[in-house]
Amino acid sequence: MMTNPRLEAALALHRFGFGPVAGSIAAIAGDPRGAVLADLERPGAGRVAAANLPNSGQAARALFEFRAERLAKEKLAQRAKKEAEAKGMVVGAADDDAMNPNGDAQAPKPEAAQTQQNQQPPLPAQLVQNEAKVRIETAVAAEIGFVERLVWFWSNHFCVSADKIVSMAGAYEREAIRPHVLGRFVDMLTAVESHPAMLFYLDNLQSMGPNSIAGINRDRSLNENLAREILELHTLGVRTGYSQDDVTHFAKVLTGWTWVGLGEPNHGGEFVFVKRFHEPGDQTVIGKTYPDTGVDQGRAVLADLARHPATAGHIAYKLARHFVADEPPLSLVDKLTKSFHDSDGNLRELAKTLIVAEESWTHERTKLKRPSEWVISALRLSGAQWMVGRVMAGQALLGEPVWRPPAPNGFADYESAWIDGLSQRVDIANTFASRVAERLDPVALVEVGLGPLASAETRNTVARAESRAQALALLLMAPEFLRR
Amino acid sequence: MTKLHVPSRRELLLASGTLFAWAYLPKVARAEGRDPRFLTIVLRGGLDGLATVAPVGDPDWVSLRGGNALTLDSKTPALRLDDFFALNPAMPNLHRMFKANEAIIVHAAATSYRERSHFDGQDVLESGIEKPRATYTGWLNRLLAGLAPEGRVSSNSGRAFAVGPVTPLVVRGPAPVLSWSPRRVLPASDDTIMRLLDLYRHTDVNFARVLEGRTKLTAMAPASDMEQTPVGQISGPDIASLRAYFAEAVGTAGKFLARPDGPRVGALSLDGWDTHYNEGIATGRLAQLLGALDGALAAVQENMGPAWRETVVVLVTEFGRTARINGTDGTDHGTATIVLLAGGALKGARVIADWPGLKPANLLENRDLKPTIDVRGALKGLLKDHLRANDHALAADVFPGSEDVKPVAGLVASA
Repeated sequence: MMTNPRLEAALALHRFGFGPVAGSIAAIAGDPRGAVLADLERPGAGRVAAANLPNSGQAARALFEFRAERLAKEKLAQRAKKEAEAKGMVVGAADDDAMNPNGDAQAPKPEAAQTQQNQQPPLPAQLVQNEAKVRIETAVAAEIGFVERLVWFWSNHFCVSADKIVSMAGAYEREAIRPHVLGRFVDMLTAVESHPAMLFYLDNLQSMGPNSIAGINRDRSLNENLAREILELHTLGVRTGYSQDDVTHFAKVLTGWTWVGLGEPNHGGEFVFVKRFHEPGDQTVIGKTYPDTGVDQGRAVLADLARHPATAGHIAYKLARHFVADEPPLSLVDKLTKSFHDSDGNLRELAKTLIVAEESWTHERTKLKRPSEWVISALRLSGAQWMVGRVMAGQALLGEPVWRPPAPNGFADYESAWIDGLSQRVDIANTFASRVAERLDPVALVEVGLGPLASAETRNTVARAESRAQALALLLMAPEFLRR
Repeated sequence: MTKLHVPSRRELLLASGTLFAWAYLPKVARAEGRDPRFLTIVLRGGLDGLATVAPVGDPDWVSLRGGNALTLDSKTPALRLDDFFALNPAMPNLHRMFKANEAIIVHAAATSYRERSHFDGQDVLESGIEKPRATYTGWLNRLLAGLAPEGRVSSNSGRAFAVGPVTPLVVRGPAPVLSWSPRRVLPASDDTIMRLLDLYRHTDVNFARVLEGRTKLTAMAPASDMEQTPVGQISGPDIASLRAYFAEAVGTAGKFLARPDGPRVGALSLDGWDTHYNEGIATGRLAQLLGALDGALAAVQENMGPAWRETVVVLVTEFGRTARINGTDGTDHGTATIVLLAGGALKGARVIADWPGLKPANLLENRDLKPTIDVRGALKGLLKDHLRANDHALAADVFPGSEDVKPVAGLVASA
């Protein structure tokens, strides 16, 4: 056991939460481990206040309408241009002013229009931004933030990308991840794989059984992307013994998992099982034969994948690596694997096991915070006002744009992928500090944010800075603040 | 104060690129009066080699891919390379380079990886190690590190540098990689950097190493070229503007490599080649991506100027795609594909292949183009003949376990 409870409190806030706010080290120093565990028992843990946000179906339909209207406007403009040309009128950029019905030099300039557009981003950006705002608010306001960190972990494990499915990227996290973050893995897995965002992201919408009615009539067949990534990334993990046949058979099982066409005004974009797409017959996946029970055939395979020992090991390793070290202690991975297995994938129990394990409390703080974690911890430490657009832009510049991972395996979770971005963090820290530091006392913030974790070198460096802004930038960039 | 903005796709693409230089490597080549440049581009997602360079002379080709097969007499005819192969019509610049002896295609090539996971596949490709996730270092970085005897690159010539906050595995490792990305925020002052550096030297040497090169890079970046138009729109990537993104990302690398005081080796990655759905080989999405890539190669050639004749650009991908079209007019993860080489230093105008054939029995698992050439052989040939890396280092450090993979000889004109 640690001898210094304040040290353990500061460690807990960085490693398992989003970093300290004023007073939080003292607040949990009485029982740091108990405080982290208590985060799991808060009523409504994992949920966010989102009454004003559209669900994924509503968002997808709204975007569909938005794009349809935009297209119609473009077509109308083209039509008008053609008609004008047919009448022999010269149409060109030089005549834009002449054709302006106001006909005066006071007409809005393109730059002005651009500025207005920036203040009110177009619908796709708005949808993501509104969701991101709630997510960031929740993380900044959290007492410790352990459950929120778990949400982020699972959201990255089961990632989709707004680059492909912009309307639903944020709603997906609220609908498929948050309700199950302290529930059962199998429920989260089923919610994720049947969520329209995932079905779109991993190309399952049009996948049809070669012997299904629609497959025969349209001469279409399988797309195995979703099946492969479920096995490789979401459950068993790569190189765990499944074969190409398993992938193909599983892809057949998942045929028919699709969404209602977006043009359907009440349910467009919602999950639907279309039997017409579904490959008829039994399918054998990893040595077990599943009778054709329609949509339940897929649910049955997912349930078995959730219970597979390889899944337990895969999840345990990723969780330990995320919270504790790039190369986590094997004894910790074993404990988590056992917990996952014995509790039948109870994620609350898994989180408790992580906190109770002695290995999780090592004094060695080797994990480099990912840009998103570091940005949130900086906002919390400073207590500064923030604007969602700036925070998102900052994270994007650091290579971790919100809900836009480069590939289905999510953002990397080890130092070598992020360390070269340190140079960009300095600039972000500098920009941020220049904006907020005037009202702050950076020397006092060393106590707030690091307390007993602060080295003598860091204390001196901050204390001797030439300005408050420089002092805050140096504090945010101190190794003790960058690592957890 | 500089205004923050939402970065464009272009910047994100740039951000996935890395360039670095070395101090020791050119010695041998320089002794011969050469100053070779080497750019590696990783195409992530699995490029469809058969859709890029089509075996139009194979009697089974059209029956294999049906209406999706590129041919010399289709509506948008493929560009003839030789009696057997033809290039995707979206790549006129590469075709021009090929005709001018400045491009080579290596076909039916694969790494040692035989499974179908992108991430393991990229790991094997970029690490140069047969076992996936066995290391956090890349072959290009180890090549460099091995050529620096003390494991350190001299600080006064050819300092290494990286573009962007996320470094591709192929250049990660012990040799210093400096970081650079488009300037979009209020940069910290030199004084702040020096204070931080001082702190890191006493507390975290890894951090110190990263920060040390920063000032050099800032000095090197040609400011006007790097300035980009802010884009507030963050909807999905627009295929129409991809051309500009690719040309800028790759072309910028070319500009750095061309500079007399610039780096000589670079690497970057371009995403988007995972074409499971509506692949669009002749006129659709893949054609547009290939067209963008083609424009990017032209941009490198232009930006390199006279240095182009000492340049080799190598384009590699983790694996190919299924030989046949899947159920959704795309292709799933496969095995053999192509390696594309472009550059004035090449002995070009050749398609190098030991063609495995396309009959069902000739396909790997009756599914994928069968690999007959090891990608490492092509890379080893280039590193040996172009950069003068020695055989032992190539087999022991750069591509461990590749003793049996012979370097492909004669790729470079000066060899």
